[in-house]
Amino acid sequence: MTRTARLLTLLLAVLLLGAVGTGAVLYAADRSGERDREQAGGPEVRSGSVSLSPPDRRLVLRNLAWGPHRDELATVPADRPDGPRTASGVKCLRFHAAAGTGICLQAEHGALDDTYRAVVLDAQLHEVRRFPAAGIPTRSRVSPSGHLVAWTVFVSGDSYAGTDFSTRTTIVDTRGWAVQDNLETFTIIKDGKPYRAADVNVWGVTFADDGRFYVTVATGGRTYLAQGDLAARTLTTLHPNVECPSLSPDGTRIAYKKRVDGASPDAPWRLYVLDLRTMTENATAEQRNIDDQALWSDDATLVYSLPGDYGADLWTTPADGSGTPQPLTRSALAPAYLG
Amino acid sequence: MYLAESRRGTETAAPAPGTRPGRRAAVPGTVLALGAVSLVTDVSSEMVSAVLPLYVVAGLGLSPLGFGLLDGINNGVGALVRLLGGHLADRGGRGGGHKTVAAVGYGLSALCKPLLLLAHSLPLIGAVLAVDRTGKGLRTAPRDAMIALATEPRHRGRAFGVHRAMDTTGALLGPLAAFAILRATVDGYDAVFAVSGCVAVFGVLVLVLFVPSRASGDAAAAPAPAARPALRDSLALLARPTLRRLTLCAALLGLTTVSDAFLYLLLQRELALPAHLFPLLPLGTAAVFLVLALPMGVLADRIGRRRLFLAGHAALLAGYALVLLPPSGGAVPTAVLVVLLHGTFYATTDGVLAAATAGAVPPEQLGAGQALVGTGQALARFACSLAFGAAWSAWGGRTALEAAAAGLAVSAVAVTLLLRSADRAGADTGTDAGADADPSTEPRSPDPVA
Repeated sequence: MTRTARLLTLLLAVLLLGAVGTGAVLYAADRSGERDREQAGGPEVRSGSVSLSPPDRRLVLRNLAWGPHRDELATVPADRPDGPRTASGVKCLRFHAAAGTGICLQAEHGALDDTYRAVVLDAQLHEVRRFPAAGIPTRSRVSPSGHLVAWTVFVSGDSYAGTDFSTRTTIVDTRGWAVQDNLETFTIIKDGKPYRAADVNVWGVTFADDGRFYVTVATGGRTYLAQGDLAARTLTTLHPNVECPSLSPDGTRIAYKKRVDGASPDAPWRLYVLDLRTMTENATAEQRNIDDQALWSDDATLVYSLPGDYGADLWTTPADGSGTPQPLTRSALAPAYLG
Repeated sequence: MYLAESRRGTETAAPAPGTRPGRRAAVPGTVLALGAVSLVTDVSSEMVSAVLPLYVVAGLGLSPLGFGLLDGINNGVGALVRLLGGHLADRGGRGGGHKTVAAVGYGLSALCKPLLLLAHSLPLIGAVLAVDRTGKGLRTAPRDAMIALATEPRHRGRAFGVHRAMDTTGALLGPLAAFAILRATVDGYDAVFAVSGCVAVFGVLVLVLFVPSRASGDAAAAPAPAARPALRDSLALLARPTLRRLTLCAALLGLTTVSDAFLYLLLQRELALPAHLFPLLPLGTAAVFLVLALPMGVLADRIGRRRLFLAGHAALLAGYALVLLPPSGGAVPTAVLVVLLHGTFYATTDGVLAAATAGAVPPEQLGAGQALVGTGQALARFACSLAFGAAWSAWGGRTALEAAAAGLAVSAVAVTLLLRSADRAGADTGTDAGADADPSTEPRSPDPVA
């Protein structure tokens, strides 16, 4: 091939590849049009006013259904989870709320990189305070009183650093804005003895009250359920192989994801429930891989997300291992019950 | 566009560019073309790397825990595939073996970008990433072999410096392009993957069209190999004292080179650096690498590649020391200093090691030689990561880094002695055309003894 032929070939390729690339970008940019249209059979979403202290019992969730309100916080009546959603206009990647306090983890698109922030919202979804977050948001919880908020992000470098990960979990007291920036600095008590290791990762807080909480502690390649004491700054391990704990409303049981033997290493987690009085654990009827911090809709029922056509769908299953999993609502993530 | 063929030496088996009398040595067109291929390919691959964690976690709602594990395994596989790539390239011989294997490697990775559009579950994404890594493993050794073959030995440091600078430019541009697309679109991960695929195909085309398949520079100097090297011959390379010493040195120092992720995390913790500055640490390292790659390559040609390789590790050791004993004056200036040292470490070791390796093997086994040293270093670093993680668990990150720093100091002394004994034995002139490489296949470096 002569030099001219090579240059012409390259020029042709540039034009062709450029057209394909431009087309892909334009298509994706234009998709807002498509995504602004609601999908047939999808949940109905209308914009409206959303309160975190509604007069009736409602479910708040991140609406993933296509339409103008995609990714916005939306509420539905708790007894009609498939009913019309009321969208708030506030977008969150992860969210949780209790007693009129919300914690919303958001992405902020920057010039070089996306950055993240945790925003505390009041009952009218107004920003009360914001905190920079060091990485991709994953878990968020509010204490039953609404006084404490907690969130976990994944801290990781870019490709130079590989995809090794480290988590960072923060608890903030909204009454005086005391910040526990990194729960890894708490004293860990493992098997009754103080334990020191710097490979500790902590994630997935679930609050018992404004002093006690439960959380995942990972160290030495294993994960543990730990009970945290905010005043004493301690994390006491209680039970092995527990991730993303979620405390039942009556405070007696923990729902969590357990890494089971023999499962695919990419999808090893099943939904289990641990009785804190007897420390016995039971599998739920859900046999699929669960990668979520479950939510208790009442003392008997668990809500969790599974991958779905528009990102994720919400499912429920009885906490006692009976019954079968049932779909709760489609195209939704990060649920919390209000009122 | 960089035109490998814009020089006339290609068709006429003339001496390598830069060796023509009366002309200032330049970087051969082949190196610029390969640099362009790497730049373009790195734009493509870093576009994907930059958004993949976000896509996996926020877009697909999957867990990065399994993803991280998978990626680690894939990296290990990539290191082993590199050996295969180097060997296959050598087997293909001068008739274009290097280029063919490199093209297959670049092609495989290009194929993976559109496949990401179809993979929506973690196992599938993992499989696509594995193929991508295989492509990267295949192409690395033949590419470095081609750079070495196209360049006159005494300018190899410069050539690799230019290549690494271009490569890093791509790595810095990639995330920029990806986030620009994400901003311009609605959840445009598919657009990122599509554009990345187009860019990757463009890179393969530049390789196919503009990188000559026959390394002209030394074609005249070296006799055609009698037979294609067998796999045994590749391993027999380690019987060559110069290469064995180099592999040993690279592995020994690699064993005490803490992975970037650990270093950044420790830096952030020990200095209590604000968390939002964390993503800037790898960017800073890359920027310093980019700026210093060429000057350090030139310096390597002057003062000796092994010497500079060792000095680079001294910079790394100084970086460790700064993290362990930060001077008063604030976290940010200290972090800047550490990043400066860390980038300098890459600039003085990455391309420089490839240049040193090129001088330690006969031209017909350059692919296997590059692969051996590269894989030795990569596996050593992998072992270091495992050990460092264990030490971190047992004693804490600070102690682990102290141990790594002590290990690095000991390794550096050992490597210094190893290289000195080599000099004393007269087998090694301190530059890279070692005398224990067959003098008939490798021109002696005219450089003064380093």
